[in-house]
Amino acid sequence: MPEYWRWTEQRWHDQDRDWHDGELVTAGVDVGSVSSQAVIVVDGELYAFASRRTGSDSPESAKRAMDWALEGTGMTLDDIGFVVGTGYGRVNVPFSNKAVTEIACHARGANFMYGPSVRTVLDMGGQDCKVIRCDERGKVTAFAMNDKCAAGTGRGMEVFADLLAVSIEEVGELSLQVEEEPPPVSCTCVVFAKSEATGLLREGWPKSKVLASYCSAMSHRVSTLLEQVGVEEDFAITGGIAKNVGVVKRLENEIGVKALKTTYDTQIAGGLGAALFAQNLLRKQRGAS
Amino acid sequence: MKAHYGYKDGAGDFFVTIDTDRCLVCEDRRCVPACPSGVFEIIVDDYDDEVAAVVEDHRKTLKYSCAPCKPDRDRPPLPCIAACAPGAISHSW
Repeated sequence: MPEYWRWTEQRWHDQDRDWHDGELVTAGVDVGSVSSQAVIVVDGELYAFASRRTGSDSPESAKRAMDWALEGTGMTLDDIGFVVGTGYGRVNVPFSNKAVTEIACHARGANFMYGPSVRTVLDMGGQDCKVIRCDERGKVTAFAMNDKCAAGTGRGMEVFADLLAVSIEEVGELSLQVEEEPPPVSCTCVVFAKSEATGLLREGWPKSKVLASYCSAMSHRVSTLLEQVGVEEDFAITGGIAKNVGVVKRLENEIGVKALKTTYDTQIAGGLGAALFAQNLLRKQRGAS
Repeated sequence: MKAHYGYKDGAGDFFVTIDTDRCLVCEDRRCVPACPSGVFEIIVDDYDDEVAAVVEDHRKTLKYSCAPCKPDRDRPPLPCIAACAPGAISHSW
């Protein structure tokens, strides 16, 4: 049976660059509830990354992500001067030198990806959703997290992709193919929303309309979280849901602020921030010795 | 950053907030010995700065940990707040 929630794992490395020329080689490993990323930075520039699904074993997931990021680079784990672990499984990264919270790492990663003008970061992850306010250096000044529920997170979207038999990567585009915006389904709980959506499908609603209804519910739930902290421009979104144009467009309409665009993979923001933290820590360590 | 430690339940919000930007410039760290319940400790935060934090074991019991310093009437100044020279500590209740 096809698993529609399965998103495509990604890997990249800069083939035009020889990492041997770099002075500071550091890495960040973000072990989330749904995905794990390993990001390698050489002298403050992104060199390689891998983004994979998290398995049932956090240390193994971290290792798999790192092995894939290293593949074809000629680099080994021993060549990396400092590794910072972050995310839900940050204390379970066996080869990390330090653990840093994903809140701090996402702010730092967004600062790199979108530039120093970013003041509000919305991290829409697999299991939770965070609004982070930061300064021009990417240092956290305030934040708020969602309540304990999958509504408004990536996992909730995966549940809907499976329910409607639509690939998770097509959900956003399909949800925009409606003539009129339908009322949102429940945004309180994914189980309630799923049950409501099943009823709407029985009534004959097309998949696009049901998805529009869920994307709208999700953006509404996230907008209430944004209201708690306040949105100061520039505004950026990180995490997997940032790739869902259906949620992003509806959220932009709801809060009246456009999100910045980036050419980087938004899922690596936490890992990238962790690698940049690692760079500072390595510099400090070498300066002290 | 304002770091909020605590929880909310049916009885209310019980958070101790530490403004780490103010805290990191403090040299005395008098909040730690000032608390009779041992609620505070000094940690190294994500930015490698030494700042005060609420001890993990107290984070879900703050209402009770702080109760001895919060009588119903004639409440004296809280020892942690009185000891904090940069004014970095606040309580939500």
